[in-house]
Amino acid sequence: MIPSPTHPARPIPWATATGYATQVMAVADAEVLKLRHDPMDLVSRAVQPILWLVLFGQVMAHVRGLSGAGGSYIDFLAPGVLAQSVLFVAIFYGLSAIWERDLGVLHRYMVSPAPRSALVIGKALASTIRGLSQSIVIYVCAALLGVRLSFDPGHILGVTVLIVLASALFSTFSLIIACIVKTRERFMGIGQFLTMPIFFASNAIYPVSVMPGWLRAISRVNPLSYEVDGLRALMLSAGASQFGLGLDFGVLLVVVAGLTLLATRMYPRLTQ
Amino acid sequence: MRKVNGRCIGLEVVSRLPRALKMSSKQGAPVAAVVEVHDLTRRFGALTAVDGVSFDIAPRETFALIGPNGAGKSTVMKMLTTMLPPTSGRATVAGYDVVRQPQDVRARIGYVPQQLSADGELTGYENMLLSARLYLIPAAERRARIAEALAMMDLTEAKDRRVQTYSGGMARRLEIAQSTLHRPAVLFMDEPTVGLDPSGRRAVWRHVQTLRDQIGAAVVFTTHYMDEVEEVCDRLALIHRGRLAAIGTPGDLRAREGSEATLDDVFTDLTETASRTGDGRK
Repeated sequence: MIPSPTHPARPIPWATATGYATQVMAVADAEVLKLRHDPMDLVSRAVQPILWLVLFGQVMAHVRGLSGAGGSYIDFLAPGVLAQSVLFVAIFYGLSAIWERDLGVLHRYMVSPAPRSALVIGKALASTIRGLSQSIVIYVCAALLGVRLSFDPGHILGVTVLIVLASALFSTFSLIIACIVKTRERFMGIGQFLTMPIFFASNAIYPVSVMPGWLRAISRVNPLSYEVDGLRALMLSAGASQFGLGLDFGVLLVVVAGLTLLATRMYPRLTQ
Repeated sequence: MRKVNGRCIGLEVVSRLPRALKMSSKQGAPVAAVVEVHDLTRRFGALTAVDGVSFDIAPRETFALIGPNGAGKSTVMKMLTTMLPPTSGRATVAGYDVVRQPQDVRARIGYVPQQLSADGELTGYENMLLSARLYLIPAAERRARIAEALAMMDLTEAKDRRVQTYSGGMARRLEIAQSTLHRPAVLFMDEPTVGLDPSGRRAVWRHVQTLRDQIGAAVVFTTHYMDEVEEVCDRLALIHRGRLAAIGTPGDLRAREGSEATLDDVFTDLTETASRTGDGRK
């Protein structure tokens, strides 16, 4: 026979919602505080996208067939590099989850009454802070290189939402991988193995028109392509979306939701 | 040393009490289990880590789980803290089922895992704030509650330092403060004093006892130090090869072995006897 404990009155929905938000923000804030204690991390991560824009961009601009119709290659590349740096930063979230498990910190979260989904969303939200700080660096660098950026407030807002969605998407994806592989060594191996195909099988650094058919097909199911497509339309003053902005945002939103549900189920495995 | 609460439940009889009597807690009867474990079993593949363990723990009781390495103590604790689902059997904590109501259980327990769970990159205060928010302590009370808890653990001075600069004992006290900010009904601690020097160990236990008396929580811990068991706990359970080999007060267990026996003797004798017969439970 199961004892019937004296259940406290069920909290009213509003209290539940604000409680949930408090728990999500608690997780995200902890990450932000760590960044504030150690801002060098943000600085060092900003170097890579600058190198891509300055070195890779300048050289590849001279390759015939890469400069898109009307626009320069550097214009074409800037949104791709932004998407890439968001991917590379977010993909390490799984590694930090394993690190937290190894240290024991993850237990503190797992044994708390916070719903697992609040933990997953809090971590995803934290990764968007890094993604957005990368964006600022890339905007400044791109402006200095003469990229014709759009500073229309609506476009900036659109870019912000895309970065938030993409950061959440790739950090949650990375968390799921972490829940499967469980060790740092295996994650390091598989992390490289995954980021490269995601990056190269997309429209980030070259137009899909130069790809062979099979690669073009892969790029069409790659969420990164939709992020880049949306960024091209909103970041550049003369930008245009190939897929349509509705589809870009829609695909990212659906994938984020799906991955969040999956990660919520898998996260507790890390501490078992 | 308070040893009142454990006394109301005698040696080896807990699991045989009629359920009706145990459930009379709401009327304030003395025998009210805050942790009930019934035939709890956990298998990992072919290995049975915990094999049909049953025991109860009374509110405010300090209860030690001892046994050789790999005996299943930590696995029991992981199941009671909802970190690991049991293969079979049943357990309730503060009246909630660990499998069907894990979130209700988690809201009413504190857990200090074996590894350091405070975040070394954050300050003591920031760690406390994180816990306060995860446990939904009302915003208006957070500051005062955190200040009070830090003062009780003698960590007020160190609150703005990053935890990676803390000594082992300080970090453990911070974790205990984090785990009890929401005033849980049961505080679980997995080898809380391992790796600490003697003064660090003493400080941890002194603080745990003060805290236990103040918030009225039961304390359930694992340890390999018999002097801690002797000094601190009301009752203990000896687990060997996943089974309950003995349960009772330290005095009860010593009395079994003869007048001169120490808990070390009890430990050695029971684990060896159990190994010979292959079943220490019956």
